[in-house]
Amino acid sequence: MTPVTASPDPAKTRSKTSTRGATAEEMATRQRDISVSEFFAKNRHLLGFDNPRKALLTTVKEAVDNSLDACEEAGILPDLAVIIEDLQPDRPATAKSSRYRVTIVDNGPGIVRKQVENIFGRLLYGSKFHRLKMSRGQQGIGISAAGMYGLITTGRPMLIYTKPKASQPAHHIELAMNTKTNRAEVTIDEETQDFPPQRLRAVSPGARQLASEGAFLAPTDFKTGTSVSIELEGRYQKGRGSVDEFLELTAIANPHARIVFVPPSRSSADEEDVLPLPKGLQRGAESAATPVPPAAPAVTTESNGVTIFPRAVHELPPETKEIQPHPKGIELGILLQMLKDYEATEKGGTLFQFLQDRFCRISAATASSMCSAIKVTSRTKVADIEPRQAEALFKQFEDAKLPPPPTDCLAPIGVRQLLAGMLKGVRAEFYAASSREAEVYRGRPFQIEAAIAFGGELPGDETARVIRFANRVPLLFQQSACSSFKAVTETAWKNYNLSQPKGSLPVGPLVIMIHMASVWVPFTSESKEAIADYDEIRKEMKLALMECGRKLGTYLRKRQKMRRESERRDVFERYIGEIAKAINAINGTDAKKLYDKLLEQARQRTAVADQQLDEDGKIVRDEEPDPDGVIIVTQPSTPVPGAAAIDGDAKRRGGKTETPSLF
Amino acid sequence: MAKKATSGGTKTARDTGGRTNARIKARDAETQSKIVTLADNVAKRALSGAEPVITVPTRTKSNTEWNAKKGILQMGKGAQERQLFNLSQAKSFMQTMLHSSSIKDLIAAEKTLSLRGMFYKGLHTVAGTKEKTFQDQDESDGILEDLEVSLGALREELHIFAKKAGTIVGNITLVDSGDEIDCRRMGSGGYAIPSIVESDIMQFKKCDAKFVLHVEKNTVWSRFNEDRFWEKHNCILTEGGGQPPRGVRRLLRRLNEELGLPIYCLLDCDPWGHYIYSVMKQGSISLAFESERLAIPSAKFIGIRAKDYYECELTDDVQIALNDTDIKRAKEIAAYPWFEKHKGWQREIDAMLKNGFKMEVESLITKDISYVTEEYVPERLRKRDWLD
Repeated sequence: MTPVTASPDPAKTRSKTSTRGATAEEMATRQRDISVSEFFAKNRHLLGFDNPRKALLTTVKEAVDNSLDACEEAGILPDLAVIIEDLQPDRPATAKSSRYRVTIVDNGPGIVRKQVENIFGRLLYGSKFHRLKMSRGQQGIGISAAGMYGLITTGRPMLIYTKPKASQPAHHIELAMNTKTNRAEVTIDEETQDFPPQRLRAVSPGARQLASEGAFLAPTDFKTGTSVSIELEGRYQKGRGSVDEFLELTAIANPHARIVFVPPSRSSADEEDVLPLPKGLQRGAESAATPVPPAAPAVTTESNGVTIFPRAVHELPPETKEIQPHPKGIELGILLQMLKDYEATEKGGTLFQFLQDRFCRISAATASSMCSAIKVTSRTKVADIEPRQAEALFKQFEDAKLPPPPTDCLAPIGVRQLLAGMLKGVRAEFYAASSREAEVYRGRPFQIEAAIAFGGELPGDETARVIRFANRVPLLFQQSACSSFKAVTETAWKNYNLSQPKGSLPVGPLVIMIHMASVWVPFTSESKEAIADYDEIRKEMKLALMECGRKLGTYLRKRQKMRRESERRDVFERYIGEIAKAINAINGTDAKKLYDKLLEQARQRTAVADQQLDEDGKIVRDEEPDPDGVIIVTQPSTPVPGAAAIDGDAKRRGGKTETPSLF
Repeated sequence: MAKKATSGGTKTARDTGGRTNARIKARDAETQSKIVTLADNVAKRALSGAEPVITVPTRTKSNTEWNAKKGILQMGKGAQERQLFNLSQAKSFMQTMLHSSSIKDLIAAEKTLSLRGMFYKGLHTVAGTKEKTFQDQDESDGILEDLEVSLGALREELHIFAKKAGTIVGNITLVDSGDEIDCRRMGSGGYAIPSIVESDIMQFKKCDAKFVLHVEKNTVWSRFNEDRFWEKHNCILTEGGGQPPRGVRRLLRRLNEELGLPIYCLLDCDPWGHYIYSVMKQGSISLAFESERLAIPSAKFIGIRAKDYYECELTDDVQIALNDTDIKRAKEIAAYPWFEKHKGWQREIDAMLKNGFKMEVESLITKDISYVTEEYVPERLRKRDWLD
């Protein structure tokens, strides 16, 4: 993000302005710096605040991303509360938007007092932009932009409670950003013992009940942490691209996090053309009085309007290391900038040292051979490097044979966690996951993971749903522009017994998840909605999908065979009774005995054919364990009593009672 | 044209009643035991853990042999095992057993059922499903034909009959189930030929006729009957409603065999007419096992002939163009072994193909309403102009 300044070329200005009567001097009076905040205030769509609905989502998303990043960096298992309060509950039904207060509470490390203004009140301020480390946020625009949006639409400041030390009181701060100066203006600044804020535990009947059971914002669970509230003009509506979908997907990609979501009391009617979420991605409505038995896998539940995404695994993702850029992954301009920065920080540092310090995978030997290649010595100071030499050095980078960057900077979700996440959020019968080895694009390490869920309550006659993640953050928009979408359509799903119209997504009860972990995810735009289509990335995605697909194909073939067998058995058993009766009528043979004998034979015969044949036609033993990275749910998780009464169109496919959907 | 007086046919049902009954009883007992044996075999195999099978002789062209000496089609030795534990045969296995049981019931009750009646007797919903035991009567009819061949019993021995089709009138008195039928006094409608005409049901009493004229269709038959053709020419007049059913064929065969009456067929000049003649004369593939008692190797084809268009000076109006199916069919018939070496038939079919059209018997009406009865047939018979 380079600062936007208007710097007209004087030569150009003069050439054609005369006809309009403006002189260079007159124009110069109008030319001045543009504050970054001011720029974004005018171009808010660039940051994902295009419309009220998306603004609400983006606000939640930025706050949740920050909270999760902070918790993980501090080594705390994240416990989040997302609360959306409707501040105009009496608005007419036709209102296009409403005023909401979005509050996100985390149990993270908190923020030291003097950093609060910088973090929440300045655009482009953050710890993540300057380093190559895998994290959710990257550019430090998010939360402050959300605060600014709120300020613009409601005039209300951000409300922050943060408690960095368990033994000390929390800070209560209200701040508003000055868009002209790109600085925060604090209106309230006091210490308080009220953390997490008491008020939040009673925002809705559901929240009150949960809080009374100690399962919602219990002070013992939030010894440290931060609570951010932003008031904004927004629109709460379920479906694709909603807050609900975002949280649901976040829960899938972050099985180690516990998230409680208190939605506003009413949502906008579906008058707009918003795609409904496919059924099947939904939760069981279990009364809070009968909590899930501890042995059962963690499944998303809803009670009294409050959604609980439980923690499915109890370990944090591995800590990621920060790495230096790899020579293959930078451009000439960046190299020049790096040289300049180095000179600024390390007065009189040598090029030899610079190469080893500021890049990964450059050994002393490589550095010295590079120095000699561009005809400087190992003692040559960075300050003395001429642009021509820098260019030669860049050429060296391109030609050099270097080992790929280290990959320990990546924290993939992992096969087990992927499965736990999918199992939690998607009600299917078959789950498979695959985690690829780390690879490199443009000198930056990345790692692709994929998971699929098949069958169960997923709708069978629609195209597959693709859910995409970058560094565990769900990507909700611009699906078809995303590299992952291309990878899915280019995968030959027909090989895995699924139907797939040419050049499009496969059709069937299928959810496909793709996750890209990288120190720098190449997004196609600032709003971080689609992954750029690099060949290396797409190739890895396809390989991961194929791995999952193969597991699914094996399962489907097996299932098909079993189904065929049971049909066969069915046919035989159907007629045996008639035959036994007829023979009994003709010659008086004991019908029961005959029936039993024939049944035994029918079972034997179909049992022989039951044996599974593998690809080579050999008999597969029954007791063969399921391959790694696969979960098969023979019966969909707990059917919900009384669910039919809640959901009007509960009867669907196979007469199965459907669980009520939040969407 | 032997004039054989009635032999067995002179006896009335009454004075042979005792013996007939005894014969029927013996026959029924035999059929019963055949069915029980079939069931016993299935049960024995089932109880010993072997796969139950029923052996069904194959009723296909490949299992049909042409017996040149006898001049009939006969069923070969080929047979198929119908298996219970075979997806495509399980249902027909069940149906075979159902019908076997129904037939045993019929014999025990000394009653007969029509093919349709059998369909309904076996029809119910398979326990525990929504599937019916028989989808339609065709399915049931096929199973019954299978049972005939696998039990080696005729349809009437299974107490089953087909619906009546075919009419008789002429100089003969029949006894049908003890009732005397004078075929000279049948009005305009004629006597409907029953499905079962075996000697225990039907006897020939007084026959003055010298030959039988069999025509293809009821309409033509009516023309002949109205013109009292059978009276003028001292014959028997029959019709079989197109392809004659087994009852008609069996009756003609008995008239031919027992009374020595020659059979003359008046059929259309088209592949279908030729095929009807072929079936009457040599038997059919699907009923090859019945050829021995249904085929009439001496049956004669008196018309319509391809040459009649010219000889009778018919107009263009009577031509019905041969379509592709007709041409294909004609060529197939020409290749039948019993036609293949018959120069007359080869010429006949050739002539029809060369004409490029077919003709119905009714086409002769264009000459005169009674041309066919007063001139055409008498002249052919006089000139002994026929194919055989």
